[in-house]
Amino acid sequence: MSALHIKKGSTRHSAYNLRPTFSDVQERHTIAVLVENEPGVLARVIGLFSGRGYNIESLTVAEVDHTGHLSRITIVTTGTPQVIEQIKAQLGRIVPVHEVHDLTVEGPSVERELAIIKVVGEGDKRVEALRLADIFRANVVDSTLNSFIFEITGAPDKIDAFADLMRPLGLIEIARTGVAALLRGD
Amino acid sequence: MTREMTGAKMVVQALKDQGVDTVFGYPGGAVLPIYDEIFLQNDIRHILVRHEQGAVHAAEGYARSTGKPGVALVTSGPGATNAVTGLTDALLDSIPIVVLTGQVPTFMIGSDAFQEADTVGITRPCTKHNWLVKDTDSLAETMHEAFHVATSGRPGPVLIDIPKDVQFASGEYSGPKPSTSHYQPVLKGDLEEITELVAAIETAKKPVFYTGGGVINSGPAASQLLRELVDATGFPITSTLMGLGSYPASGKNWLGMLGMHGLYEANLAMHDCDLMINIGARFDDRITGRIDAFSPNSKKAHIDIDPSSINKVIRVDIPIVGDVAHVLEDILKVWKARGRKTDAAAVAKWQEQISDWRKVNCLAYTNSEKTIKPQYALQRLEELTKNHDRYITTEVGQHQMWAAQYLGFEDPNRWMTSGGLGTMGYGTPASIGVQMAHPDALVINVAGEASWLMNMQEMGTAVQYRLPVKQFILNNERLGMVRQWQELLHGERYSHSWSEALPDFVKLAEAFGAKGILCSDPADLDDAIMEMINYDGPVIFDCLVEKHENCFPMIPSGKAHNEMLLGEAETQGVIDSKGSVLV
Repeated sequence: MSALHIKKGSTRHSAYNLRPTFSDVQERHTIAVLVENEPGVLARVIGLFSGRGYNIESLTVAEVDHTGHLSRITIVTTGTPQVIEQIKAQLGRIVPVHEVHDLTVEGPSVERELAIIKVVGEGDKRVEALRLADIFRANVVDSTLNSFIFEITGAPDKIDAFADLMRPLGLIEIARTGVAALLRGD
Repeated sequence: MTREMTGAKMVVQALKDQGVDTVFGYPGGAVLPIYDEIFLQNDIRHILVRHEQGAVHAAEGYARSTGKPGVALVTSGPGATNAVTGLTDALLDSIPIVVLTGQVPTFMIGSDAFQEADTVGITRPCTKHNWLVKDTDSLAETMHEAFHVATSGRPGPVLIDIPKDVQFASGEYSGPKPSTSHYQPVLKGDLEEITELVAAIETAKKPVFYTGGGVINSGPAASQLLRELVDATGFPITSTLMGLGSYPASGKNWLGMLGMHGLYEANLAMHDCDLMINIGARFDDRITGRIDAFSPNSKKAHIDIDPSSINKVIRVDIPIVGDVAHVLEDILKVWKARGRKTDAAAVAKWQEQISDWRKVNCLAYTNSEKTIKPQYALQRLEELTKNHDRYITTEVGQHQMWAAQYLGFEDPNRWMTSGGLGTMGYGTPASIGVQMAHPDALVINVAGEASWLMNMQEMGTAVQYRLPVKQFILNNERLGMVRQWQELLHGERYSHSWSEALPDFVKLAEAFGAKGILCSDPADLDDAIMEMINYDGPVIFDCLVEKHENCFPMIPSGKAHNEMLLGEAETQGVIDSKGSVLV
């Protein structure tokens, strides 16, 4: 196979040319999709994933370019290398999709997620929750005499770790935004 | 320059400006303003079908036989939902069509109004793209963009949903301009990859061209360039069901169709080749058979305008994303510039091997003097019509495969069949669409009686517009392909695969105002076919054929190309449990 040449947004030349595309290994990829901000565009993307049986671990969407009417959809998905390649190619086929970037391949990238977590408890558990929140640099955004809501930002596994610690301390509810991600450097 | 007009008038104006001469449609409450505008003009001909599915298939037939986009116009709710099968059919076979649907007025959307359906929601997965137009000012631009999307890149169906108040309101109309949208698929292939393919062509010892519908979609120039390349290299060529006609069936390098019911020599050439050049085909499961045994020793090149087709099913060594005609032109240029080299001695030996496979005569069948064998009927149809300006449509099933095997296609756009979706009921309305585009041609729908009944109401359309379409029904009183699979896979338990109450097709023809011909004796067949050809008007030809004939050759589910079945004797216990879950 010819040498690796990755073009941004291109699915034809990929790092998979260097290893067996049809391997069974499940990989986790973060894909950024720039789309025309028109009605139904999110439904097209989600419909593609459900219709073709692909996984969505996390999905975020918001308008990022108001004048250009562009939204950025960040999707975390898992699949074999072949499935990941297909996902990118199929995304590229949707008419209002402008660009598809596989941040995992084009990387390194920065991934951040925000979560708010409600912890209910009294006495030592409450003190311990506050102490751990401090270690994780989570902020208290709401407080009553027997509850806190913490706000925490970070990579998804940091949030997982924090939530796991909070569970025995009285975690009763969690809301997460899903992953936002950007390539490092310029 | 813009002009003020109503949305309904804009629709008709945009169709005219896009060069549309024929619209297939069915009126209803939500499209009445557009129908009013159609009434007030004479440039665009409207064909009243009998069912919206028929409108979409007719538009497909028009598109496939002309290379131009087909247009259908239907109302909201049931009109739109009836169009869904046709849209899906066009999506799987990459046929450019523009479907216009009426919608309840914008202020009633979401209120479960009469004949309201979420049309863009329902058709999102079965169109290439669709639009709901919410204000009249954006209607003209959307119409022009719809034609651009339908016909650019990999063609496909698009749909525009137009609420009734948008049709009534006035807005600014502007004519078509070169599309400024970001959707501009790349046509030229990567020269580095093309050069790699040319180098492979120069040294290949056992090459084969494997072509598909993409060659036909790319336009007549693509077929011409393909013929030039095939004849100059002397490489054998096979084609999918969708690609028949891009290389002439009478050409000396023609192997015949490949795949599940493809020819022995074509499938073995695919299995044993050392260089496979896929041009505009997509490694469909009807083609590949068992994936892990698919052409194990070949280098594979794949030319496709859709990057998602590449490495989807089969991993290829030389991927070329681009339009077939553009890529073939570059291949020829580079190949000629490098001295027109091939390994002629090795290719001659390869052709000898192929001649040996040809001697197997895989399309041989046992003829009968008592009953008409379906293969015989098609051989006679071929013989008696091949010198006509002929277009063939088909339904789906055994007759479709026999038609692909026994009819010869010399040119592209002459063969209209539902390949990807396998839509029974496609052929009759498609034949109407073809005949509209080619009023003086001989248009024949090769059908099975079960498929034909699915959209037989369109005979009314044929009679109304004096379209002399010939419905050539191979009547075995069975769902033949279902019956064949039940025989091979389900212990000959023929669950619901025959009809005990078929109509009298001759009387049916007469009831529609068409001509009916019945033929059951092989001795009468030629005269009957000639009578059909010579009759100036639509004909239903009820050809009573052998009821239990199976379609061979056949690659059973879950088997490889070199494990084909050639005839009845080989069929016992051939499909294992793993294969029987496949369709």
